[in-house]
Amino acid sequence: MSVRHALLALLTEGPKYGLQLRQEFEQRTGEVWPLNVGQVYTTLQRLERDGLVASDDDAADAGPQKSFHITDGGQAELTTWLKTPPDLSSPPRDELVIKVLVAIGVRDIDVHEVIQAHRRHIVELMQEWTRVKRDAAPEDVPLALVVDAELFRLDSVIRWLDTAESRLRRAPKPEPSLPAESRGPGHGVPKSTPSTRKAGARR
Amino acid sequence: MSVLELSGITKRYGIGAAAVDALREVDLRVEPGELVAIMGPSGSGKSTLLTIAGTLEEPTSGEVSVGGLELSKLSRAEQAQLRRRAIGYVFQDFNLLAGLTAAENVSLPLELDGTSAKAARAAGLEALERLGLAGRADHFPDQLSGGERQRVAIARAVVGERRLLLADEPSGALDSVNGEAVMRLVRATCQGGVAGVVVTHDAQLASWADRVIFIRDGRIVDQTSAPDGPESLLEVDGAR
Repeated sequence: MSVRHALLALLTEGPKYGLQLRQEFEQRTGEVWPLNVGQVYTTLQRLERDGLVASDDDAADAGPQKSFHITDGGQAELTTWLKTPPDLSSPPRDELVIKVLVAIGVRDIDVHEVIQAHRRHIVELMQEWTRVKRDAAPEDVPLALVVDAELFRLDSVIRWLDTAESRLRRAPKPEPSLPAESRGPGHGVPKSTPSTRKAGARR
Repeated sequence: MSVLELSGITKRYGIGAAAVDALREVDLRVEPGELVAIMGPSGSGKSTLLTIAGTLEEPTSGEVSVGGLELSKLSRAEQAQLRRRAIGYVFQDFNLLAGLTAAENVSLPLELDGTSAKAARAAGLEALERLGLAGRADHFPDQLSGGERQRVAIARAVVGERRLLLADEPSGALDSVNGEAVMRLVRATCQGGVAGVVVTHDAQLASWADRVIFIRDGRIVDQTSAPDGPESLLEVDGAR
């Protein structure tokens, strides 16, 4: 979440004080991202240093009464940021994916039970978010948008878990281990555990 | 008293070596006012569970009770009557009859059950009113918006004394905002004392339920636990 750009966006509506910016930021993000006032002032100082906002009051000690407006440079920065796609190109090191991959190879662990435990936990989270949306005022569109974003993100994890389960069910059972000499050429992996085979196959 | 109670339900299709158990020893109780979602992949038995709960199919073994009545103790005629009076279905495409008005669509199940046309219409109008459709009672389905047709379908499912609402992928063909609208209505209808069971593979729809039950290979393998309030969620999120 770029607080910096959210503050620039609020300042496009006209000059504002720090406290006012904090309050409006929380309102517009469905009050899901609390922001402390220190963060607001630090961010405003940096924006001012970079020439993206300017204060309307020259008195350095004006404190909370100091109001800020966006500069032309700030407008340009905001427009560029809004249209720049976030970096989705490199896959994140997802802890859940790693847990499921590791579970495949661990003796006495049923990977399907691991998948179900995570699935249940995520659906419980989705139920909580859905209650937030259900109880929200119909006109609170920002809150609905924030909750939707979270629900779609969690839903995509559920879909991955469903796909993982279905792939694991369809995957051929690991062959009984064969004596090393009976393997054909090119089968140099000493112990063919499901996890090493799958990891190898993906590369 | 539970509106729906399934005890030890097994459903076997085929015989001998070709036999397949679509459901195995399933227990489920749904209370008045509760909305339960059943989630599972294709072939997991979730639709079979719904048809057995709706008394459209008989289990191979186990007992189904609706409103405290054990189905195995009822004659076929009594079962059919129970089905018409106590159980409502919401289908994926809503299945409204094009030649009937909204009120006629909603009161039809009661008329089929022998209720007088006048009493059936009164119950139909009452159900439409509950769904905020009092002013559209005499419109035909093609004069209604998509959202209004959803409401008519739900009104029909809860008309009269019907207290068990069963829905199979009730928003299958709808986009997410309209799908959400269906679930909001189902949710609100249940809060009025109806017991609801929704079968879906969609986690976003399932998350409208009070309880989500996970079914795999004909068995209930897990369910969500009673949640904390939404406040906890916002605190956790805010602490990030």
